[in-house]
Amino acid sequence: MSIYLNKDSKVLVQGITGGEGTKHTALMLKAGTQVVGGVNARKAGTTVTHGDVTLPVYGTVEEAMKETGADVSIVFVPPAFTKDAVVEAIEAGIGLIVVITEGVPVQDSASFWALAQSKVDANGQQVTRIIGPNCPGIITPGESLVGITPANITGKGGVGLVSKSGTLTYQMMFELRDLGFSTAIGIGGDPIVGTTHIDALAAFEADPETKAIVMIGEIGGDAEERAAEFIKANVTKPVVGYVAGFTAPEGKTMGHAGAIVSGSAGTAQAKKEALEAAGVKVGKTPSETAKLLREVYATL
Amino acid sequence: MDLFEYQARDLFEAHGVPVLAGIVAHTPEEAKAAAEKIGGVVVVKAQVKAGGRGKAGGVKVAKTPDEAFSYASDILGMDIKGHTVHRVMIAQGADIAEEYYFSVLLDRSNRNYLAMCSVEGGMDIEQLAVERPEALARIAVDAGTGIDQAKAEEIVDAAGFAADIRDGVITTILKLWDVFVKEDATLVEVNPLVKTGKGDIVALDGKVTIDENAEFRHADHAALEDKDAADPLEAKAKENDLNYVKLDGEVGIIGNGAGLVMSTLDVVAYAGEAHGGVLPANFLDIGGGASAEVMAAGLDVILNDSQVKSVFVNVFGGITACDAVANGIVKALEMLGDEANKPLVVRLDGNNVEEGRRILAEANYPLVTIADTMDEGADKAAALAYGK
Repeated sequence: MSIYLNKDSKVLVQGITGGEGTKHTALMLKAGTQVVGGVNARKAGTTVTHGDVTLPVYGTVEEAMKETGADVSIVFVPPAFTKDAVVEAIEAGIGLIVVITEGVPVQDSASFWALAQSKVDANGQQVTRIIGPNCPGIITPGESLVGITPANITGKGGVGLVSKSGTLTYQMMFELRDLGFSTAIGIGGDPIVGTTHIDALAAFEADPETKAIVMIGEIGGDAEERAAEFIKANVTKPVVGYVAGFTAPEGKTMGHAGAIVSGSAGTAQAKKEALEAAGVKVGKTPSETAKLLREVYATL
Repeated sequence: MDLFEYQARDLFEAHGVPVLAGIVAHTPEEAKAAAEKIGGVVVVKAQVKAGGRGKAGGVKVAKTPDEAFSYASDILGMDIKGHTVHRVMIAQGADIAEEYYFSVLLDRSNRNYLAMCSVEGGMDIEQLAVERPEALARIAVDAGTGIDQAKAEEIVDAAGFAADIRDGVITTILKLWDVFVKEDATLVEVNPLVKTGKGDIVALDGKVTIDENAEFRHADHAALEDKDAADPLEAKAKENDLNYVKLDGEVGIIGNGAGLVMSTLDVVAYAGEAHGGVLPANFLDIGGGASAEVMAAGLDVILNDSQVKSVFVNVFGGITACDAVANGIVKALEMLGDEANKPLVVRLDGNNVEEGRRILAEANYPLVTIADTMDEGADKAAALAYGK
């Protein structure tokens, strides 16, 4: 088991003919991902070839889904075209969209999030899950990679990881590479993201393969504080936390659009305190966080 | 990016929001000329991106152009909460009958927008929200439908506006929503929104924050940037498309990925506790690629920071393997030559790490130390910065 993504997931690449799309399609195929095709309206009817795999390029997401049975899409298109690409995939009713693109205007994200929320099935469940934007994507090691995470850091195991940051995700997977991961998901560093820490925590709690959870946060917003409340009320599996940005000054954006301390809001200290109050052990550094997870894991 | 009051006023005017005359001035002479042009009583207002201007003496009422000259002389160059005043706005004097409050902003927690409105404006809105929350209407705004006529009516009625001004406030709110959407803002605030003696609605003071990610569709937004305030090193980094923030410390930092760099700053600060309290000198994310050119540009900025005593390069090789990163560092040091004159601690981990470390060891730069872990690298860099 895993969350959101497994070996049966069939993946479309929106922006398959661009530089990033080309590079990462090859890496995803190498990681074992079932990439079934791509979408580019201007290159519909052509194909792209990676090694001995030839993939069709479709004009629309709807057509690509009909022809291939794809249930996941990954978006590599530039910021100016991201909203249209995501809206198209939502309208086509795809189950999961992973938006890698950095630099998407936040009103565009708010707009496609509102659209995704409005599309529900007969049971009232939202049809499309969005991960990102501005994220490294998701990996279920040994099964599928939909994103830009290096697939060779570690393999399958019992740790679930949710993080706002890409390289911190890699760092933590590397620190705990002997334990392995059920799924590692980078939710992105923008002010509005489609999948939150809480969503991932709920999914890991329900996933039988996940034994313990690492949650990595950073300055800005109150997602970590809300996650802490959620953990206290709903999560029975051990959670270990890490928060980056204790030394960040007020009013300066630290790389990620959402990583900014505004007055007394969004500080790393407040997030750490909220998590600790919910019973989460919080490491001062990535290595200490890995050590805490290891201690918990040994008792399971 | 936060805008100055005069920039917000200009955007309001461009979108049809009722405002009073206002002219920005950089010298007392310009202030006097602006006061003459506007005529009558004017207000000389310090333009700084900080609250509490009035209490700091940065807002003065001038009855004549000569008074405007004199007040502008006092206010220009003044320090308000660490911000030097480089310009004032000469604003037409207002005949205020009543003061209200309105804002619309990005609501991160609920992933939509939030409108806030009150018939008690003028004061600090955070204070009002705490002391008399019932006086501040808070209405969620759907990102799909925005503020239309019905939503504007809902906001105005929730705030409890009197019947005689209801329509005027609704019209103004619809125009402020135009500013929010058409300028890709994350905050549009008017405090106070006033009713004048004649019964007109006017936006007297505004705050606007615009989304820098949307610059590609707003060619005019680049001109709104405050070049005076930028640190020279930050300006240089920006010219090279580097994601750099100047901090007040001694250990220069280069890393890949925003999260890892933020974490590196923290780890260096902890390590510094054992080495005379040295602190990180900057945030610099060179991104996933970590090419030689970007590495060289980054090192160039950091080595030009006179406060920097040592540099910690912390890279996790993911898609870009460590050997490529190591080659990038070697080439960067070649490109910089004698400019690279401060000790460099390099920690590489991840993809092809052995090869990366071998390349660095073989290059044998006397100023370069290789660290095996992030913690060890931070400790070495902090020790070097402290002079041991």
